Amino acid sequence: MAEGKSRVDVARRQFLGGAGVAGAAAAAAHALTPVAPASAQTPAQAAPPSNAQPQPAGYTFFKPQEALFIEAVVDHMVPKDELTPSGTDIGLATYIDRALAGSWGKGDRLYMQGPWQRGTANQGYQLPLTPAALYRAGIEGANAHCRKAYGQTFDRCTAEQKETFLRELSGGKITLAGGLPGRAFFTALYENVMEGMFADPIYGGNRDKVCWKMIGFPGVSANNAENIKTYNDGRRFAANPVGIADMS
Amino acid sequence: MATKLPPVDIVIVGMGWTGGILAKELGPTGLKITVLERGGTRVPQNDFAVPLIRDELRFSSRHDMMMDVSQDTYSIRNNPSETALPMRRLGSFLPGEGVGGAGAHWNGVTWRWPDHELRIRSKYEERYGKNYIPADMPLQDWGVTGEEIEPYYDRFEYVAGISGKAGNLKGQIQKEGNAFEDPRSREYPLPPLLQNHASQLFTKTARELGYHPFIRPTANASQPYTNPDGMKIGQCQYCGFCERFGCEANAKGSPLITVIPVAMRNPNVELRTYSWVTKVLKDSTGKKATGVQYVNTLTGEEMEQPADLVILAGYILSNVHLMLLSGIGKPYDSQTQTGVIGKNYAYQAGAGVTLFFEDRSFNPFIATGGWGTSIDDFHTNWNFDRTKHGGIGGAYITVGGSHGRPISYRPLPPGTPQWGSDWKRAVAKWYQGSLNISASASVMPNRINYLDLDPTYTNRFGQPLMRMTFEFRENEHKLVRHAAEVIGGIGKAMNPTLMSKPAPRMTWSVVPYQSTHNTGGAVMGTDPNSSALNRHLQSWDVSNVFVTGASAFPHNSGYNPTGPVGALAYRMADAIREKYLKNPGSLI
Repeated sequence: MAEGKSRVDVARRQFLGGAGVAGAAAAAAHALTPVAPASAQTPAQAAPPSNAQPQPAGYTFFKPQEALFIEAVVDHMVPKDELTPSGTDIGLATYIDRALAGSWGKGDRLYMQGPWQRGTANQGYQLPLTPAALYRAGIEGANAHCRKAYGQTFDRCTAEQKETFLRELSGGKITLAGGLPGRAFFTALYENVMEGMFADPIYGGNRDKVCWKMIGFPGVSANNAENIKTYNDGRRFAANPVGIADMS
Repeated sequence: MATKLPPVDIVIVGMGWTGGILAKELGPTGLKITVLERGGTRVPQNDFAVPLIRDELRFSSRHDMMMDVSQDTYSIRNNPSETALPMRRLGSFLPGEGVGGAGAHWNGVTWRWPDHELRIRSKYEERYGKNYIPADMPLQDWGVTGEEIEPYYDRFEYVAGISGKAGNLKGQIQKEGNAFEDPRSREYPLPPLLQNHASQLFTKTARELGYHPFIRPTANASQPYTNPDGMKIGQCQYCGFCERFGCEANAKGSPLITVIPVAMRNPNVELRTYSWVTKVLKDSTGKKATGVQYVNTLTGEEMEQPADLVILAGYILSNVHLMLLSGIGKPYDSQTQTGVIGKNYAYQAGAGVTLFFEDRSFNPFIATGGWGTSIDDFHTNWNFDRTKHGGIGGAYITVGGSHGRPISYRPLPPGTPQWGSDWKRAVAKWYQGSLNISASASVMPNRINYLDLDPTYTNRFGQPLMRMTFEFRENEHKLVRHAAEVIGGIGKAMNPTLMSKPAPRMTWSVVPYQSTHNTGGAVMGTDPNSSALNRHLQSWDVSNVFVTGASAFPHNSGYNPTGPVGALAYRMADAIREKYLKNPGSLI
């Protein structure tokens, strides 16, 4: 992706598949049969994403400026290379958007009674913000910080500037506007990027199970009662990964 | 005003392992039994259907089967000098909710805690002298011996279908099993699970170093099994979605497929779900419980359920919370060290090291819950001389491998970047070739580790949250430092390409998952001044209240707690049926 180029490109994204809701019913259940061993898991298998199962494009939570930020973050953290397409192309921004728009983003299973105090690191998350509210304030604060430090919003920064900013944010060196601790925002962001990569593709990320293929995770695996007898000597078990949609 | 319901004979609070055991064992008395469960119903073939259940995000990351902390949680702090703040998200431990409780989604590891754990104070005093036990450690005997509890361990193991190998059959040491266990009357109901490559490497190295490795006993069935109640358990498929998940193969010994359906066959046993007990009610003397108050969470209505006998069978923290809210027993005061409810709360300590092998694949996703190969040389081995490293208790060491689910399982060597192409290459390179050696260590009671009611924060019903004050103290530091040395030595001897630095857990954080083995707070014992319950798990103060679960443990060992939790529940059922019901009142 060229620096600063907008990725809010709905027409293009309509062709970026993913095991979305519509595709679920069409897919047949796969038996988890071993394919060629270890060496067959080559990077070439991991890309590019197929267009077989189009899923709805666009965002239901992110505003345009927020979408630019998130796309830039996931493409920086997960660049296109021999292992996977870019973060945006494997659905990470879509995954985070859906998570924030849903019940988790609205604070499901989060105790939200005050009074509020910072607390110690051992006491964990203590902000009066749902994940959705944390992203809203976090993105705004991150862009304000980048404008001040680099003269432009995060998505327009150079790769080096992005790297520096994310390292400082993860290292707890940045306090965002209004006193929001940068690290709390980073923690949520990082966890969600990891979830988008490695959760079942039915949630919109890990498109074409590309991240499962990258590591050799077989997905919604079934019967290993025989495999445990065979693959217990250091040999690698390899299988085409199976997702929830494939078995539904 | 609460709606007063017609009285029943026995009310049981919570329908997990122990609620199920008590309902099943007491059902044949013909008494009217009502079980109140705050969560909903679960039916394995529907709730645990494939592919729905194989969803790491929903069940593991988002805790679908666990307690919802937006409704009720705990406030936490490391020391009495701090302000406790609410655990706003689950992390460190995962209490269950709903029928089956944590037994629906546990891993299955089932140990017999030996006699020297149950008579811990006497045994350490006898061997190391009275001065060996620090003054700030309220260490105490449980009031039950290894010999007394053995038949009850046996009952629980046969009901849950534990796979394992005996190490000590009636005094005869069995080479393949845990040589350090107490004598057992018979073999496990099922042979041990198969080993993976990581466990084989560990076994070989541990033997070469002079240790005694064995396959850890667990409720993941190695073969199809029919338990003594005629309940069928399927064969484990090593699917790698075990702890935090329900089992679609019915291969995990769970109350949902054993004691609960058997109990429910009795028409005099009634289960009411969505019934959240808020208080145990007492009469004007304060010495007798008259029933419980609960909220029907489907309608919000308050109900009063009168009963002659009240059995608290919730998660340990729920049991203690209810006792504090209801004034059953005197709350513990850490300043004066008087009172008993909340006292001797303990957690579990540990250490871990990760090994990276360039040329091997461990296939971490071919896995099951309680699976692992362990050594007990520095834990249940009573001949291990504790004076050398100091400390009371010990740590058992395991190469497990319960799953390779990639949102949470992606071991990386120290120094790997957190993102970018080099990060991805490292994830791809090491995902298959890593193994972890972990040590699970005892936690001894400390006068300032305790549970009480929070002065500020409340739950959905406006009741004070329970406050947890806990830190790993000096004894735990000694144990985990030693454990880290041992696992580092084993790791090195296994000759990996790379190895992380062995990491002992020195401080308790609520954030990362560690263990759901919380213990204590309503402990059993022989003296009403230092324990909440007598040796039959009956309240000293209110004799028609009995309390199951790990809340009764006066200390925590390195072992997983479910073995003695199950055994003590069976023992309590016998005491109620054979003694209490014939002559209600204090059994001691």
